[in-house]
Amino acid sequence: MEESDSVESLCSSTTTRSDRSSGTRVSDTELRSKGRAIEKVYKDPSKGELPLLPEEHVQDSAKDVTYICPFIGPVRGSLSVTNYRLFFRCTDREPVFGLDLPLGVLSRVEKIGAATSRGDVSYGLACKDMRNLRFVHKEPEDSLKKSVFEVLMKFAFPVSNNMSLFAFEYKQVFPENGWKVYDPLAEYKRQGLPNESWRISKVNDHYELCDSYPAALVVPVTITDEELRRVSSFRAKGRIPVLSWIHPESQAAVVRASQPMVGQNGRRCKEDEKLLQAIMDANAQSHKMFIFDARPSVNAAANKMKGGGYESEDAYQNAELVFLDIHNIHVMRESLRKLKEVVYPNIEDSHWLSNLESTHWLEHIKLILAGALRIADKVESGKTSVVVHCSDGWDRTPQLTSLALIMLDSHYRTIRGFQILLEKEWLSFGHRFQQRVGHGDKNHTDADRSPIFLQFIDCVWQMTRQFPAAFEFNEYFLITILDHLYSCLFGTFLCNSEQQRLKEEVPKHTVSLWSFVNSQLEEFVNPLYVGYPSHVLFPTVGIRHLQLWVTYYIRWNPRMRPQEPVHQRYKELLAKRAELQKRVEELQREAANRTASSSSERAGSPTRSITPVQTFV
Amino acid sequence: MICSGFFVTSGEVEFCSANPILKYTQDDLSQRGVFGTLFCTNFRVTFISDEKPQEKTDKTFKNKLYGENDIPLMCVDHIYGVYDEKRKLITGGLVKNKYPSKMIIHCKDLRVFQFSLTFSKEEDAKKIFQGIAHHCLEEKSLKCVFAFSYMGTPSPEMQWKQETVMFDSPEDWTQEMKRTKANCRLVTENENFELSQRLPKYFVIPLTIGDLFSYQGKGLPIWCWSHYSGCALFKASFPPVTQEDGDFQKHLDTMINAVAHNHLYSVKTEDLSESLPNIQDIQQSYNKFKQFFLIENSTDFWLSDVKWFSSLESSGWLDIIRQCLQKAVEVVECLEKDNTNVLITEEEGTDLCCVISSLAQIMLDPYYRTLMGFQSLVQKEWVAGCHAFLDRCNHLHQKDKEYHSPVFLLFLECVWQLVHQHSPAFQFSETYLTVLSDSVHVPVFSTFLFNSSHHRESVMKAESPLAQSGPLSCPTVWDWSVQFDSKAQNFFFNPLYLEKVKHDRAVRKPHKPKHQRNLSLPSTAFKTPPKKGFFKDETDSLKKMLRVKRLSRWRGSPDAPAATTREFFESWQHRPLDYHGLLLPCLDGPAVHIWMQRYLRWIPEVYILGGGSVAVMTKLMELLSQVQDLKRVLEQRDSSQAAKLDHRPYFQHRLLSFDSSGRLSSSFPFAYTCYRSFKPIIPTGLMQSLMVTDSLASQEDEASSVVSFV
Repeated sequence: MEESDSVESLCSSTTTRSDRSSGTRVSDTELRSKGRAIEKVYKDPSKGELPLLPEEHVQDSAKDVTYICPFIGPVRGSLSVTNYRLFFRCTDREPVFGLDLPLGVLSRVEKIGAATSRGDVSYGLACKDMRNLRFVHKEPEDSLKKSVFEVLMKFAFPVSNNMSLFAFEYKQVFPENGWKVYDPLAEYKRQGLPNESWRISKVNDHYELCDSYPAALVVPVTITDEELRRVSSFRAKGRIPVLSWIHPESQAAVVRASQPMVGQNGRRCKEDEKLLQAIMDANAQSHKMFIFDARPSVNAAANKMKGGGYESEDAYQNAELVFLDIHNIHVMRESLRKLKEVVYPNIEDSHWLSNLESTHWLEHIKLILAGALRIADKVESGKTSVVVHCSDGWDRTPQLTSLALIMLDSHYRTIRGFQILLEKEWLSFGHRFQQRVGHGDKNHTDADRSPIFLQFIDCVWQMTRQFPAAFEFNEYFLITILDHLYSCLFGTFLCNSEQQRLKEEVPKHTVSLWSFVNSQLEEFVNPLYVGYPSHVLFPTVGIRHLQLWVTYYIRWNPRMRPQEPVHQRYKELLAKRAELQKRVEELQREAANRTASSSSERAGSPTRSITPVQTFV
Repeated sequence: MICSGFFVTSGEVEFCSANPILKYTQDDLSQRGVFGTLFCTNFRVTFISDEKPQEKTDKTFKNKLYGENDIPLMCVDHIYGVYDEKRKLITGGLVKNKYPSKMIIHCKDLRVFQFSLTFSKEEDAKKIFQGIAHHCLEEKSLKCVFAFSYMGTPSPEMQWKQETVMFDSPEDWTQEMKRTKANCRLVTENENFELSQRLPKYFVIPLTIGDLFSYQGKGLPIWCWSHYSGCALFKASFPPVTQEDGDFQKHLDTMINAVAHNHLYSVKTEDLSESLPNIQDIQQSYNKFKQFFLIENSTDFWLSDVKWFSSLESSGWLDIIRQCLQKAVEVVECLEKDNTNVLITEEEGTDLCCVISSLAQIMLDPYYRTLMGFQSLVQKEWVAGCHAFLDRCNHLHQKDKEYHSPVFLLFLECVWQLVHQHSPAFQFSETYLTVLSDSVHVPVFSTFLFNSSHHRESVMKAESPLAQSGPLSCPTVWDWSVQFDSKAQNFFFNPLYLEKVKHDRAVRKPHKPKHQRNLSLPSTAFKTPPKKGFFKDETDSLKKMLRVKRLSRWRGSPDAPAATTREFFESWQHRPLDYHGLLLPCLDGPAVHIWMQRYLRWIPEVYILGGGSVAVMTKLMELLSQVQDLKRVLEQRDSSQAAKLDHRPYFQHRLLSFDSSGRLSSSFPFAYTCYRSFKPIIPTGLMQSLMVTDSLASQEDEASSVVSFV
């Protein structure tokens, strides 16, 4: 038993959150407790113990596999492949070494070079989570027998092999059903919608207006469904301007859309113009409006050649167009590729800073945060409504709107609020997760893949660094989301749109990530959370304050151990206080019993001065 | 004229003044500002606004000696004049001609002031400009430093100073030797500096050294610290290489053998001037580095934001920090893992020797991670150890640049890296380090004014006015009450500090082996397996003799040390972390950071309004005080135990209440931002920052298969 624990502590599928300040590895106990909730143990005397999930089955295993670890050198051990994960373990070294990763994180598995004279073959595994693994294994002498890596290739890319993703087989039951976290009508109701200016339209109930939009859309009351249909033919992919969020006081709205199909001839659409005017009119505080085009102006102009473009000032008077200069998915993909080169496996210390700069990763983060900041500023300080779009409105647009919403509305900084934000801005509004991540698809060079969502989570992390007390969730929560973005254990990030998810009956056949998260919230809570309810957060976007998210991007490097001494220390103090409080109360009770006759009570009783910490602002 | 009550310090005399002067507000480009009077005194340059001070938030962290509009003369770094839109560095020559329309002052604590001189009378403007330039830039004598006019009354709150070991008496040294169980000899023969004026008044050397008087004490190995195993760290000065002759080589060999005799006849020597950048390199690198933080306006800021990382790298400052920490880790490895004596050498033996030996001691000995311990360490290695503060800090504006170098600041930078990486191990906070780095340029303290013990003593004696009231006594920097009231001093303590748990240790860390002084883990697990070879145990000392011969060739190849210290670090990292044991820094690129608090605190563009660590620290402090309160209640109730009241500083955290911590900025407690300016800082010129020129940028947003434009 002890052995398997230490393997878990080293395993890499579930994020290890080792915290050295406590003196022991916290991850051990954390993972163990988590393990109990979801895993049963597969016992095989020859292979040791392998924790298995419900419906997880070992497909193949092999002994004498060598893992070429870039940090500690070659490690010999046994390797098992299930329909969910790859599990490698080496027992003949101290401490026990293990690798445990969901097959979903693999983007590429390939044989490297030919077999050596000894019959050894090298396999390279490229992962979506910033690492590359390399194994060496003897080819089976019987050429009919498949090597364990061939089995791996089959199960790593189920979609390409006409099999279903593991999420559809995994049948764990959690106390809470995460699919019920987001109810669009309840969320709009929280925002005070519908109201006298905005209505909830059923025009997209059957996804006929726009197949990548959700069913419930909030639009100005003065615009009819018929007019919306006409607008949809003028906006790329039919993604019309609809409300995302409304300011509770000023009624300034954040509206999202795709680019207008202006084309080279400068086409116009009077319903679209009317819709934008109506959005402006719905906010009595301002006679102006801002249209934020996330793209660099050059790219926006280039889109005209292909029928797209941006709003002209003639057609949309009173609207000011601002370009936010954020680059497209291909630039972002390339930037992350460079970043991986710089951080994995080895870091060149003396040129670390210039290497980091050459990836442009943090500059992209800066531009996205700066864009969201400008949107939030216009809504909060300028009390003006804003329309945000990029080309199709499903990549840069959700990055910007959801970050602006986090700045503006403290609800989205809670754990549940953040889940709602993701369900709403990303999932229901059709960020193409299947395409961008490529779940179960072996086509690793697909140009549609791009780390757009990762980039957004990175921006959120940057904000949590700048406002350590303003978010209810901790870093581990964000890393868990990213790990399960790739794992294909949960149904949350499958498919490209709400419509597709309903068609595939994803909520019926899979478990939501939020079921898992909300069943063990204490893991994800930031103990320092203060939660200023009415505060707007304006982060600093200067590159001096942006940091590389080392505990995510460089977490595989054993030298870069994560440490959270503040949180750890705070938890210890909370425990200490609780213990002392209990003792004080006991003593007080005792004293009260002893001097029951006396009415004298100590002035300045200490319990009075102790306020619950969570309410302190 | 300065109205009464203006002087914060007695002994201050006004030189000149001018009115009206416009002081530009830093946070915008609009050329707006505040009118007021600019003064120059023997202590500072100060600006007093004509406007009535607004209702200000009560500053919890106020320096009693100088305020936000005061620049101590010593703190002025450079003065620029703007002549017809052209910015020129002011040097002696320019002063005589004409005065500029605008004067820009860069301070050593990285503040930037901009004054317009065009509104006051020509005569006044000329006078104040020349006055400031003269008093801040011209070479002057030590006697002109304000400390010699300062007549601050010694404050009653002297307890801190008293707890800091000053290492100015034989008892302090004896005590320190006892504490570390050193087996060395205290030298009192230099009491009157007959041996050498460059050596400390008292110092400690290996037992076997008999001859003290040759070569004016050059090459004498001076004891720094003893490891619990018995091996010890020594430092020594070296003559210039050219002076090498046979006799001297013999002398050195004697010295090295004496060090080796200290423990098991083993020694490793390291010539720091060979393996680390010299003080001029350090100075040049810092000069480049600090420019990135002396920001005059927003445009400059956003421009410098663009190539931020490569600019930082080109300054080389972070790399120098890394090299120093790396060297200190190597020294620690020798002491901790190999249990050999270490002798570090350098030309003077009072610059990088101080940096490396102090760092090694902080890593090895948890005492030096407490506030008092740290101050004692600075006294031991730097002040009593004869670091040439006066020359290195260039307090007197000498033209000879060869001797200037921010060596002490470099040391504080390295300590900050340790504090940043292992916060719970340190009793003091980064605010403490920042304040200490500022205090170097406050011309009131005796601590940073002299080049050696001999220098300090001779000047202090000479300056004593007719010896009526005994020798001149200016305060040491450790008397923090001169600068801060006790409330503000709370910021010096790190609420994350994990105090040593004495009683229930066995419960909390069951598998942690005990050892004598709890300094660090026993080194059995650290030890690399014994190397196979001819040498058996009995020939061990012979082997070590041979090692002695490899003087200063210790780890000659550049790659080797990094590799073995890497191993040392990793084996340390694999064990449970004990904050009261050995502490090693991670030196990989991403782990070395900029000391944000010190360098970014005055730049409004990077203030995180409502963010930063204030809120977290407030919560921690509050919780701590609650725990302390509860403890006290329990102790009071539990009268049978008659427990003593606990006088730890945490008690006072109760006094702190930032009702608006949600709205303080990240630069707290240094710069305060007004509430009205709660607006986001939107960067300008974004596209300049990122011109992606490759074909990807112009690629279609969707892969061609998906695009279906009408």
